[in-house]
Amino acid sequence: MKEKLLEVKGLATYFKTDSGVVKAVDGVSFDLYPGETLGIVGESGCGKSVTNLSIMKLIPSPPGKIVGGEVIFKGEDILKKSEEQLRKIRGNSISMIFQDPMTSLNPFLRISTQMIETIVLHQDMSKAEAKKKAIEMLTLVGIPAPEKRIDSYPHQFSGGMRQRVMIAMALSCNADVLIADEPTTALDVTIQAQILELIDELSKKLNTSVILITHDLGVVAGMCDTMCVMYAGRIVEKAETHALFAKPLHPYTTGLIQSVPRLDKDKKQRLFSIEGQPPNLIDLPDCCPFHPRCHKAMDICRTKYPVLTEVEPGREVACWLYRDKEGER
Amino acid sequence: MSNTKPLLEVKNLKMHFPIEEGILIKRQVGAIRAVDGISFTVNSGETLGIVGESGCGKSTTARAIAQLYTPTDGEVLFEGKDLVTMSSKELLKTRKNIQMIFQDPYASLDSRMTVRTIIAEPLEIYSRTGIMKMTTEEIEQRVEELMERVGLSRFYKNRYPHEFSGGQRQRIGIARALALNPKIILADEPVSALDVSIQSQILNLLSDLQKEMGLTYIFIAHDLAVIEYISTRVAVMYLGKIVEISESKALYKNPLHPYTQALLSAAPIPDPLIERKRQRIILTGDVPSPDVERYGCYFYDRCPKKMDHCKTHIPPMEQIDENHQVACWLHVDKAKWPV
Repeated sequence: MKEKLLEVKGLATYFKTDSGVVKAVDGVSFDLYPGETLGIVGESGCGKSVTNLSIMKLIPSPPGKIVGGEVIFKGEDILKKSEEQLRKIRGNSISMIFQDPMTSLNPFLRISTQMIETIVLHQDMSKAEAKKKAIEMLTLVGIPAPEKRIDSYPHQFSGGMRQRVMIAMALSCNADVLIADEPTTALDVTIQAQILELIDELSKKLNTSVILITHDLGVVAGMCDTMCVMYAGRIVEKAETHALFAKPLHPYTTGLIQSVPRLDKDKKQRLFSIEGQPPNLIDLPDCCPFHPRCHKAMDICRTKYPVLTEVEPGREVACWLYRDKEGER
Repeated sequence: MSNTKPLLEVKNLKMHFPIEEGILIKRQVGAIRAVDGISFTVNSGETLGIVGESGCGKSTTARAIAQLYTPTDGEVLFEGKDLVTMSSKELLKTRKNIQMIFQDPYASLDSRMTVRTIIAEPLEIYSRTGIMKMTTEEIEQRVEELMERVGLSRFYKNRYPHEFSGGQRQRIGIARALALNPKIILADEPVSALDVSIQSQILNLLSDLQKEMGLTYIFIAHDLAVIEYISTRVAVMYLGKIVEISESKALYKNPLHPYTQALLSAAPIPDPLIERKRQRIILTGDVPSPDVERYGCYFYDRCPKKMDHCKTHIPPMEQIDENHQVACWLHVDKAKWPV
């Protein structure tokens, strides 16, 4: 068995609002192995982004608070570290790229300034060396004429190019983990294909593990080794990507896969749709949050939450359908 | 072709936005060629899908058809009459038949109006101008009927948009578009802002409405799978031009333009077995800026199959078969190439 690189255990992040406590993430656990690409899928508001901001301890507090759980990275709990220690991890061993590359780059500073700052902060390098390294990274992500382009401002790049700059910056310190939060959602399909290929290629070349957060099942299908499906702040299904698409177990996952129109299907059948809408996360009762929309809901689903349990080796699902009578107790 | 005339006919439509310079004395220094000479027809009862990447002019096309912009050039014939040259009075009458649904259900509904006022507004305007005759009770009844039809309880009619989720708001937008019993609906990315599970609800609602009311749609989206699902015919746009237009099945089975081929191969399929075996055509570079006049094929810079001829000659729309047209020199007989 390979050694775990990152271990998230029972992570819970709540937000206090005027109308009540929002349990944005409520008991999320997963492991990340070296060189692995893990996908986290779910719809808006399911807690996928908050999970990953919590890993980096980037939750604005107040109103947010990490109320429980551990994030073990290289044997140490990140959540117990001080701000100063955290700063050495962020952008260094764990890097993030975000959905909108325009808002994550400083519009007033040249790309060179921003990239050199990151490198000098984390590595023992002079500014000149850092600039060389930055140019090298820009070449790696396919920016044409990087020696010239490095002195441009973010607005002088197109959306796809900006995302390339972000990737170059994120990987410039040889990160162990790259967290990509909807990295291609703001981009066109032809550009998306370029960026995904780039992330895939670089993560293999540099042996970086990737956590890919997305709402697009097609992206997960193409990129990820394993995947977690989230709903209402919890993981409802966790499996290897191939196994999950071959036979989704949770009714939500099944519904999600069936409700996407597909290019490869010939027959024009009516799309499956999950009726209703995701629940309000304020004061969520302790039952299965999906039961009002589930066509297989049973009595127990309305009263008790099904804990994520292993049903087959490497497959976990949080649904009463896969629990025997003893599990109900 | 059947003997019926097309419901909508767009001929050589151009929409250029001027680029101006100077503070007091403005002079035009160029133009953004958002839509640069497109022609197509839409028959009654069908759905024409328009697909393309951001900035290709698909939304501008819809807005120019609805006369929200005054086109720079070209004709928009609705039931044979040109909307561009119509008097404003006549346009108001005709536009009753042409309604729009917008992408952003947050921005397209006035947050200070109740659902009732939003849906009733078009009815009230047309009653006031005397084009339609409806009493207040009739309007009230119509609003309730429309709400139930799109899947909203009529008890919600005094609520405000912020009390609804994205999917429900899109339903309000649809009810408003249906209020005047239009013949054609221009849907501009109506499901792009919605989650997958909500997206399929709205797509199903739109196709049910079409069957029931005999509606015609122009459906704009950037998602190829959504377009395939909803459309009878599909037009692919690039940089303000239509590069390929075809009956939907033929386009997806046998895409002819190199851009359509690349677009189709780039769209991910949610199945790892298929997705990982696919041969991708990865285009290099970004979509160029639409502010320069081009004398060759608009796709030349990024085309994997470009030839010298493409650089200097704009490809004509070539009829491949009855329902399939493509603008690419690869599909024009070499004997017909201009020198």
